[in-house]
Amino acid sequence: MALVFERRPEAGKWALILSPLLAVVLTLVSSLVIFWMLGQDPLRALSVYFWQPVSDAWGLQEVAVKATPLVLIAVGLALCFRSNNWNIGAEGQFLIGAICGGGVAVWTHGWGGPWVLPLMLAAGALGGMAYALIPAVLKVSLRVNEILVSLMLVYVADLLLDWLVRGPWRDPLGFNMPQTVTFASEATLPVLFDGGRTNIGTLMALAVVLVAAVVMARTLKGFEIRLVGQAPRAARFAGFSDARLTLTVFAVSGALAGLAGVLEAAGTVRQLMPGLSVGYGFTAIIVAFLGRLNPVGCLIAGVFIAITFIGGENAQIVLRLPRDMTLVFQGMLLFYILACDTLILYRVKRRVPGAEAQA
Amino acid sequence: MTLAIAILLTIITAATPLLIAAIGELVVERSGVLNLGVEGMMIMGAASGVAVAIVTGSSALGVVAAIGAGVALAAIFALLTLGLAANQYASGLALTIFGTGLSGVVGAPFVGIQREGIGRITIPFLSDIPLIGPVLFRQDLFVYASVALVIGVSWFLWRTKAGLVLRACGENPVSAHALGYRVLRIRLYAVLFGGGCAGLAGAYLSLVLTPFWTSGMTAGRGWIALAIVVFASWLPFRAMLGAYLFGGLIILQLHAQTAGVAIPSQFLAALPYLLTIVALTLIMAARRGTGAGSVAPAGLGQPFTPDR
Repeated sequence: MALVFERRPEAGKWALILSPLLAVVLTLVSSLVIFWMLGQDPLRALSVYFWQPVSDAWGLQEVAVKATPLVLIAVGLALCFRSNNWNIGAEGQFLIGAICGGGVAVWTHGWGGPWVLPLMLAAGALGGMAYALIPAVLKVSLRVNEILVSLMLVYVADLLLDWLVRGPWRDPLGFNMPQTVTFASEATLPVLFDGGRTNIGTLMALAVVLVAAVVMARTLKGFEIRLVGQAPRAARFAGFSDARLTLTVFAVSGALAGLAGVLEAAGTVRQLMPGLSVGYGFTAIIVAFLGRLNPVGCLIAGVFIAITFIGGENAQIVLRLPRDMTLVFQGMLLFYILACDTLILYRVKRRVPGAEAQA
Repeated sequence: MTLAIAILLTIITAATPLLIAAIGELVVERSGVLNLGVEGMMIMGAASGVAVAIVTGSSALGVVAAIGAGVALAAIFALLTLGLAANQYASGLALTIFGTGLSGVVGAPFVGIQREGIGRITIPFLSDIPLIGPVLFRQDLFVYASVALVIGVSWFLWRTKAGLVLRACGENPVSAHALGYRVLRIRLYAVLFGGGCAGLAGAYLSLVLTPFWTSGMTAGRGWIALAIVVFASWLPFRAMLGAYLFGGLIILQLHAQTAGVAIPSQFLAALPYLLTIVALTLIMAARRGTGAGSVAPAGLGQPFTPDR
């Protein structure tokens, strides 16, 4: 049996929204089946994963805390993926951002002033940017595969953080725990609500989404990014430089991932320690695709994925399900998104043998 | 002498999983498909291999389950990229995320359960030859299987018609299709073969190398296997060379750690990843120097639909 794909002429804007929604529904249905197979009450499990996190004010704040890094990173990755640049090392850029920003906090500990926080944010963003430029420069100069280089650098960043917090940056009064000092108050982000965990990082993420949306939709650079992804030949004829664009999108996405890293260190964790990231850099890849590589889409997708993140943590405690379950859902979600894209943009027909002659 | 033999033996055991996974991916990429899910298939192979081996008490069944798990994950990938012409990069990443998560769920009940690993086979008389005896004739089945895979794949790709057709699908799917070959079906077989190899490589980790399950035990080996394919210019015997080079580096790093070299262990642990980047950079620089251009299969990573 052969299947034939025909582009639907009528597939318009509705398809772009319908496809991720359908993917989410399919993921929910599949998770019901998986919960049932694992001997859980499916509806209860579903409520733990998707409803409890948003059912009270504390949970909502927690969603914002988790969504902030996801959205920041995903917006940058969306620019990369749109222009066919496969930066999958955002996790490493996130960690380097946290290291650079956190390094400033450790260095100025005890004698800092109000200038520390801006310096930390700048150091984090620049660090992430520099780290992302390694695969970018190797790609444009020698055509080295950016996927492999950016991914390998994740492991390197992870080990670097591990060494720093066990070695030179370890808190001398920390009972030998692998962590830095708790940052001084001038090195931590102001919270939005008294006693809450949301900080001004969330506002920065919203601002980034806004700026990115305007850049993508209304500027020449945005047009260039979209064109290079959709029609590389046309882009070359139009005089757009592949190499310059690659460097730009890697730099931007690295800076955003680095900023997310320093925000996490200075806002949420308030020190450096191994396991600082719970895989935000990888999860953001899914956020970017679920958000259709569109900044506003990334915002919506980031909130949704953040909910499942917290749901996964709750499920670990309430249902004793392994935390890796969250990754299973995330992987499944991405499968469904990719499948729905094809099914919605194309009409699948069964080709009848023998009818080929007239085709 | 005995130390040299010991080091050689450990290099072989470190290189074998890389080699098995790389050979599988090499065939996949030769057919024009880039499956970035090697890490996911490998770790699922490791988890299901050890789980089935513990439950049934049979290592052989564990190996079969590992291969089956790899093939099953590869089938999902094939459905997406071949059946639905989805983006291969994104599908491969999804496969790695999915496989990593599922392996954690499958392996959770088996964490920390030690079992006896699959032992080595000693070939009588030949294994008594000094130096080469223990190295060549006292290995586990996986090592022999990996060498057989290299020879078999090399023979298949360059000495059989089917191999020629497979490479044609990778170089120019449109022409292969025009000549009447079922491009998607051939690519499907290649992808499933790659999945089986990745699963087998995973089984080696959890049944031979460290005979128990720990979450995330592949530690990026699947990605290094992908790098080896590039490094090897898509040639099986060079992939073997590459796998042994990387295996040697990993072992060198471990020996330096135990010998108490005054470098932090994290730096030594980062070496395989850094050297992967260096190796990729050097090979690309060398290729540019010779003006050979890209040696990757021309249709690599491009979705193909017969009638679109």
